[in-house]
Amino acid sequence: MSTLTAPFRPQALATPPPEPKANYLNVSYGVKSWLLTTDHKRIALLYLVSVTLMFFVGGAAATLIRVNLLTPAGSLVTADTYNKLFSAHGIIMVFFFLVPVVPTVLGNFLLPMMIGARDLAFPRLNLLSWYAYMAGATLILWVIFSGGVDTGWTFYTPFSSKSSHASVIPAMLAIVIGGFSGIFTGLNFVVTVHRLRAPGLTWFRLPLFVWSLYATSIILLLATPVLAMTLILVAVERVWGIGIFDPALGGDPLLFQHLFWFYSHPAVYIMILPGMGIVSEIIPCFSRKNIFGYKFVAFASIGIAVLGFLVWAHHMFVAGQSRFAAMIFSFLSYLVAVPSAIKVFNWTATLYKGSITYHTPMLFALGFIGLFTLGGLTGLMLAALGLNVHVHDTYFIIAHFHFIMVGGMVMAYMAGLHYWWPKITGRLYPEGWGRLAALIVFIGFILTFSPQFVLGYLGMPRRYHAYAQEFQVLNVLSTAGASILAVGYLLPLIYLIWSLRYGKKAGDNPWDATGLEWQSPSPPPPDNFAEPPVVTCGPYEYALGPGVRSQESGVKIPETEVHNV
Amino acid sequence: MFAEIPLFPEQASTHAERVDTLFFFLLAVTGAVAILVTVLVIYFAVRYRRRPGGPPTPRILGSVWLETFWSVFPFLIFLIMFAWGAQVYFVLTEPPADALEIYVVGRQWMWKVQHPEGHREINELHVPRGKAVKLTLTSEDVIHDFSVPAFRTKIDVLPGRYVHTWFQATKTGRFHLYCAQYCGTNHAGMIGSIVVMEPSEYAAWLNSHAEGSLALQGRKLFLKLQCVSCHSADSRARTPVLEDLFGSTVHLRDGSTVTADAAYIRESILKPRAKIVAGWEPIMPTFQGQVDEEDLIKLIAYIKSLRPGQTPVRTEDAAPPVRGTISP
Amino acid sequence: MSEIANTSSQSAQVAPPPGSLWHHFENLEHQNEATTLGMWVFLATELLIFGALFAGYAAYRSWYPAAFEAASGRLNLLIGGINTVVLLTSSLTMVLAVRAAQLGSLRALVTLLILTSLLGTVFLALKAVEYYTDYLDNLVPGLAFNPEEWRQVHVNPAHVQLFLVFYYVMTGLHAVHLTFGIVIMAVLAVMAWRRAFTPEHHTAVEMWGLYWHFVDIVWIFLLPLLYLIATRKTLM
Repeated sequence: MSTLTAPFRPQALATPPPEPKANYLNVSYGVKSWLLTTDHKRIALLYLVSVTLMFFVGGAAATLIRVNLLTPAGSLVTADTYNKLFSAHGIIMVFFFLVPVVPTVLGNFLLPMMIGARDLAFPRLNLLSWYAYMAGATLILWVIFSGGVDTGWTFYTPFSSKSSHASVIPAMLAIVIGGFSGIFTGLNFVVTVHRLRAPGLTWFRLPLFVWSLYATSIILLLATPVLAMTLILVAVERVWGIGIFDPALGGDPLLFQHLFWFYSHPAVYIMILPGMGIVSEIIPCFSRKNIFGYKFVAFASIGIAVLGFLVWAHHMFVAGQSRFAAMIFSFLSYLVAVPSAIKVFNWTATLYKGSITYHTPMLFALGFIGLFTLGGLTGLMLAALGLNVHVHDTYFIIAHFHFIMVGGMVMAYMAGLHYWWPKITGRLYPEGWGRLAALIVFIGFILTFSPQFVLGYLGMPRRYHAYAQEFQVLNVLSTAGASILAVGYLLPLIYLIWSLRYGKKAGDNPWDATGLEWQSPSPPPPDNFAEPPVVTCGPYEYALGPGVRSQESGVKIPETEVHNV
Repeated sequence: MFAEIPLFPEQASTHAERVDTLFFFLLAVTGAVAILVTVLVIYFAVRYRRRPGGPPTPRILGSVWLETFWSVFPFLIFLIMFAWGAQVYFVLTEPPADALEIYVVGRQWMWKVQHPEGHREINELHVPRGKAVKLTLTSEDVIHDFSVPAFRTKIDVLPGRYVHTWFQATKTGRFHLYCAQYCGTNHAGMIGSIVVMEPSEYAAWLNSHAEGSLALQGRKLFLKLQCVSCHSADSRARTPVLEDLFGSTVHLRDGSTVTADAAYIRESILKPRAKIVAGWEPIMPTFQGQVDEEDLIKLIAYIKSLRPGQTPVRTEDAAPPVRGTISP
Repeated sequence: MSEIANTSSQSAQVAPPPGSLWHHFENLEHQNEATTLGMWVFLATELLIFGALFAGYAAYRSWYPAAFEAASGRLNLLIGGINTVVLLTSSLTMVLAVRAAQLGSLRALVTLLILTSLLGTVFLALKAVEYYTDYLDNLVPGLAFNPEEWRQVHVNPAHVQLFLVFYYVMTGLHAVHLTFGIVIMAVLAVMAWRRAFTPEHHTAVEMWGLYWHFVDIVWIFLLPLLYLIATRKTLM
């Protein structure tokens, strides 16, 4: 029995709360209390600020790229500058936005709360994580603004090891340092999930967001070190002229590609799994239904993580590996699509006979399902060897991964940001603006990236600052879409910041959601819970209704927070 | 103006139809799934929107049968996709034995083409319609990629190695050639054209620019570099005669065998100690640094053409030799 | 894992040393389990970072066995061998240190930790000497290397350089890890002297003991792969 029947307004408090209690935001003031904090919630906010900054820097690079591509001659910037722009865009968006954002912002904030813990296992390591991220981010910004790097985020040798004259080594160093941030975060999460669950919280009562963070952490831990070592070897080659990856000196450029993609393919699952986890939280809440097939979704996360390590050379079908190897990787790539498909079907089935509202988080989550599915389906096309040859290194690939990462992942992040905003800040964002932003993002995104599929099949290669005349109309369409998309991203920046001061105060559980994080005040006190909660039922018992839940299952819901219709 | 917006590349090779058919199959299947999911999501979102006083939501936890179905059934479809994709790929990567061979060297930021008959082209490749053409490609510096969308072919071109691709053009005309592996500043400028001509026109074109076939140029190099001083037909020579060598099976010192293809010849010139032939001493000097990729192509073409009785005589007039060094 | 934290069963009764229990853990046993798991997870990541190097090494060795063999034979096995003994001994002192912690033998614990740290330092010093002999022996690509001497024995100098790069990067990465370990052992020794550890609460010693053993095990793999490929007539 659902209780949230007011159709368009999340529950704000009817009466103002009693005298303000200490929460994690106001318990101490001053720069030192933030820069030396070990509170996972404050660290999450530190990350929020820095990751958002990096997102907009990467977005600015994308803007310049798309504006340059308005004309076939590409006359906005020189070829060299263009090459540095797409390299900056890729490096920032991959390593300093998509990989960290959900684990470090939402994961850091919510993971302890979702499992009923007072903090992560290693709070000081968490702070070190942020400083590592800041060091890497500062260094890469310095690299970009002091001359740039022009190797692409993929650093293929021998170009990166021998031919490029740009700041390759500092750029790689920035990525290695930032990579340590991910390793420390992953380590923290794994130990936290194993050791700090509240009494009664068995593995199969964990929220699916936690499962997805756990799977993500496994990948962070096992894949990132390989990237670090590979980039260090390229640096060694650059400095000492040894041919580790240079055929003229006995090295093998394909070895670089194997080592690089051994990290970078699992990296895309680092990027998407937390987003899927967010969607798994939001769909049940706004349908007032249990997730369909909980164990299947949980195991699918682990399955994606494991299988994701076995498909890396599908980025190398035309690179010069044997046909036999290509066949194996093609087959495995089809295998890894199965768990993702399972998730999409499960989310859809969760909607069936639900009681659905269209709040902003739900709109973003539904948008994710649509766009991620489209992007994933084009992945099935790419896994087909015969087709891959034609579209490899074209705009088809660019469209494919942007559908998944931007249409998918960024929308999931937006969904999660809006969903948990009341918990994090104690304020409600303006719902009307939120929905408008979701719509603008959706439309802008489709207009930006759909023409790129066509361009790719036509053969327009990627990383071209100038292109054949006949591609212009489609490029103009794409840039037009990008301008709309930019508006869609600027809107939340404005109204979310606005809401910090002027948003309505949120109650502890404005969405009437299950989940332990909603059973503490918004914003939470420094130690998250007054007393450690005890869990006696699964994470998505929406259909039971709150009154039934608190009686039959023992999940503590304070009386004042039970919302009557 | 709108009529000129291309939405689909033209099909100009025998590969194109194969790849496009595969694409349409994939598009149909994935499109059907996309429509299914979109329709279901929108339908559910509307049909089950919250209504005041509406029915309570049922506590549905899942269905193992459904999960199995929508795991296994898609996977079977995926197997079909995999098999079809692999089949097309095999055709794309299996040049016919009688294909016309043309050599391509890529470097920042240009394509250099060498026809066996001797023609050299920059950023253009003339080929006859209706005949299989096999390209042997290498790079002089970084990784490039030879991409012809109208033919649906694409291959990364690596330094230090030969790679192959092939196509059979079905239409005359001029088709885009792109470098499709980022290679530095002027990557976007490393473009050109494939010019497909009727076989008769192609023959005429060949005749018009004859400057000596690749093989003939290779023979001149063979003499100039003094290869002939060891590889002569003189029976007292300490080195193998190279007649009929190309394509044969060579027995190596360590007991293994290797086919004397283009890659083998190239390696033997640059790194003679890499594969020592059984029954011979490793005394050949290396020519690394004295021959570039284009020279190598000429030498290979010559050795390929070398039939019994055709080895030049050592005393034939030739340009003064370039000094070699004794090194592996 | 339980064998390592075997003495924590009494932790509920005995008060932890002041300041050692973090606020978000129920009790010290809980905290120790978490920190131990954390160390194991960290070692898994270390396995992968060395793993990337081992993978590259394996690829090139399979392609250029002759050059790798020839180059390997020129490494200083005398120092390599002595260093192996030094490192193995340091693992012994480490294990004994853990035992001392378990038994509450304060003096033994401090001494053994210092010894471990010292032995690690000896390893580093010998390694530095070894690098110097490599330099004198023209085995440093880019700095001191003579391609001709390799060509004369029919070995490709470029492939020898590949081997040497892996030699320096792998032993270098190992040395970096060892340096961390040496510093940490010294810190632990100071902490032990200040009575931070009791028989019930000494997880830090066990945890970093794990790390030390891992560094040792990496060396056990490095030694045969780098030094022992060829049948040798000389030790150096």
